[in-house]
Amino acid sequence: MAVMTYRDALKSALADEMERDESVVLIGEDIGLYGGTHLITDKLIDRFGKKRVIDTPIAEGGFTGAAIGMAMNGMKPVVEMMTWNFSFLASDQIIQNAAKLRYFSGGQVSVPIVIRGPNGGGVQLSAQHTHSLEGFYGQFPGLKVVAPATPEDVKGMMLTAIRDPDPVIFMEAGALYGTKGEVPEGDATVPFGKARIAREGSDISLISYGRQVNLLLKVADQLAKEQDVQAEVIDLRSIRPFDSETIIESVKKTNRAVVVQEQWRWFSVASEVAAIIQEHAFDYLDAPVERVSGAEVPAPYARNLEIAAFPGVSQVIEAANRALYRKG
Amino acid sequence: MATTHHTNETPTDVASNGTAPTSTVSPETLLDYYRQMVEVRLFEEAATRGFRQGKVGGYLHVYIGQEALARGFLDAFRKGDKTITAYRDHAHVLFQGGDPKATMAELYGKGTGLVKGKGGSMHLFDVENGMWGGYGIVGAHIPLGVGMAYSEAYRETGNIIQLYLGDGAIHNGYFHESANLAGLWGKDGMCPCLFIIENNQYGMGTSVERATANTNLGSKFDSYAIPWEKVDAMDLEAVIAVAHKAVDYVRETGKPYAVEAMTYRLGPHGAADFLEQYRSKDEVREARKRDPIGLLEQRLLDLGVTDEEAMEKIRAHAKELADEAVKFAEESPEPDLSELTTDVYAPETGLI
Repeated sequence: MAVMTYRDALKSALADEMERDESVVLIGEDIGLYGGTHLITDKLIDRFGKKRVIDTPIAEGGFTGAAIGMAMNGMKPVVEMMTWNFSFLASDQIIQNAAKLRYFSGGQVSVPIVIRGPNGGGVQLSAQHTHSLEGFYGQFPGLKVVAPATPEDVKGMMLTAIRDPDPVIFMEAGALYGTKGEVPEGDATVPFGKARIAREGSDISLISYGRQVNLLLKVADQLAKEQDVQAEVIDLRSIRPFDSETIIESVKKTNRAVVVQEQWRWFSVASEVAAIIQEHAFDYLDAPVERVSGAEVPAPYARNLEIAAFPGVSQVIEAANRALYRKG
Repeated sequence: MATTHHTNETPTDVASNGTAPTSTVSPETLLDYYRQMVEVRLFEEAATRGFRQGKVGGYLHVYIGQEALARGFLDAFRKGDKTITAYRDHAHVLFQGGDPKATMAELYGKGTGLVKGKGGSMHLFDVENGMWGGYGIVGAHIPLGVGMAYSEAYRETGNIIQLYLGDGAIHNGYFHESANLAGLWGKDGMCPCLFIIENNQYGMGTSVERATANTNLGSKFDSYAIPWEKVDAMDLEAVIAVAHKAVDYVRETGKPYAVEAMTYRLGPHGAADFLEQYRSKDEVREARKRDPIGLLEQRLLDLGVTDEEAMEKIRAHAKELADEAVKFAEESPEPDLSELTTDVYAPETGLI
């Protein structure tokens, strides 16, 4: 085990896979000479050369499409979306080509591509640069969508993503790049479709993924300290494929659930989680499933407005207390 | 369909002195291509009948009038090369040696179809023969072709990509982003891609004149430092000459090249385009005088390699092949319902 930042863990996964497999290349805006806007790919161009660390013009639809073409034809490209906000320009390629090619070619074509980048808000980037798109991409069959929250997971899931034969939407928690954690040495892959119990508890299930997992751990500590409530914190890690089993088992134990997400509530991941719980654990529920989501507004700029727009400790505590039928 | 697939492994340098290109193709090969073009024509007519009978669903875009274009460029196709095109894709499959029965069965939505009844007319794939689709969103396959070309260069295969696109796709952002990448990567010999504009004069019902102020479509490549030329794609021999010159350049340099191939869609845009209010009957009648099959017939008669009787036999045989394809399609079973959920993810992942 070594203590690493989320950023370095991610970078080490990319470099290890490039070392291991010559068909792996990186492609994106300013990932080479500039070092990557978030320094995820810093200096990799010196190590692997410009044929494998490909700087592109600012044209997401074109270079994402070209990377899909590379993936169809024997390579394993990892595309950097400088931020997922720009992926709307590439979403036609991602959804209409990458996700569907295997199907409409009758299984003749595979698209082993990874599209990665920071997702979510929290640093005052305002309306056009703040989105959480797990639910959006999670809707499309043919894609896999993951959102690791820890340095260990970001490395292990990137190794899995690059080796996966299908397109993977890899949503990094941009706000967590600098956070540290223990990361196993070597080839420690983390499978898709398996949620992680980040904290065990018996009284209520708090469910999220990405940056919000840390928020839930904070909430769980506070509930334990102030109300003697033992919350179980579940980190989904993978949105598609989805680990229903871990959620259902947890709710069968705790009988209460709060689902937290940065994205908007309507037609979202939390909506799906709530539906799965009522389908499979209805008789075990002692309270309606609570959802805490981003405010139904474009992301605001001002710091206080931005904080108010996203789930915070107090909102999650309030939701937990509603589910626990407590005043708090 | 191409029972004798002609390849030209050592193309000679043509038209390098700026004179009109002259074909290097033998009269026998021309006659063989004539046969293939007639077979494709009758296949498309049979498919159209299937659509009118309600047996072919969805959209159906046929290649009638454009046959010399794909046939000509594919003369320079070498094993390992790949083609990619939009939704007017039947002819590419057939000229590349695809099975007309499986192709027709795909249009009929049958389990014996080329892509198992999962794609239909717009998504024909025959990867084994180098045909990589079959895409329904105008312009959106262009970056795929450019990326595929990068991969060929990266893996040092010596293969190239023949990337077909319609005149309608030129006005789309994908074209400009992709051509820019191709030009850029070509500087390092990393983009062996031949862009082939199938300029059939109309993007659906909108003529080139109504779609852009610069109707000299090949010149759009100037912005991306990609050399290009224009060819009369109703003339099979002219296409073949340009195809070899272009393919040789792309293969030798790893750089992109473009050809604006002037053709005409003699049929409707799609089988449901009954009215054709956007063009006059006179215009179509005039264009029919330069039907590539008619021009080739005359050329073959002039060369003395065929006569009316022989051509009639070719037509009769082509009709038999089309009928057989239709019969096969009609008699084939629908896809098994278990196929609904396969091919979403790789089988080894166990996901549906």
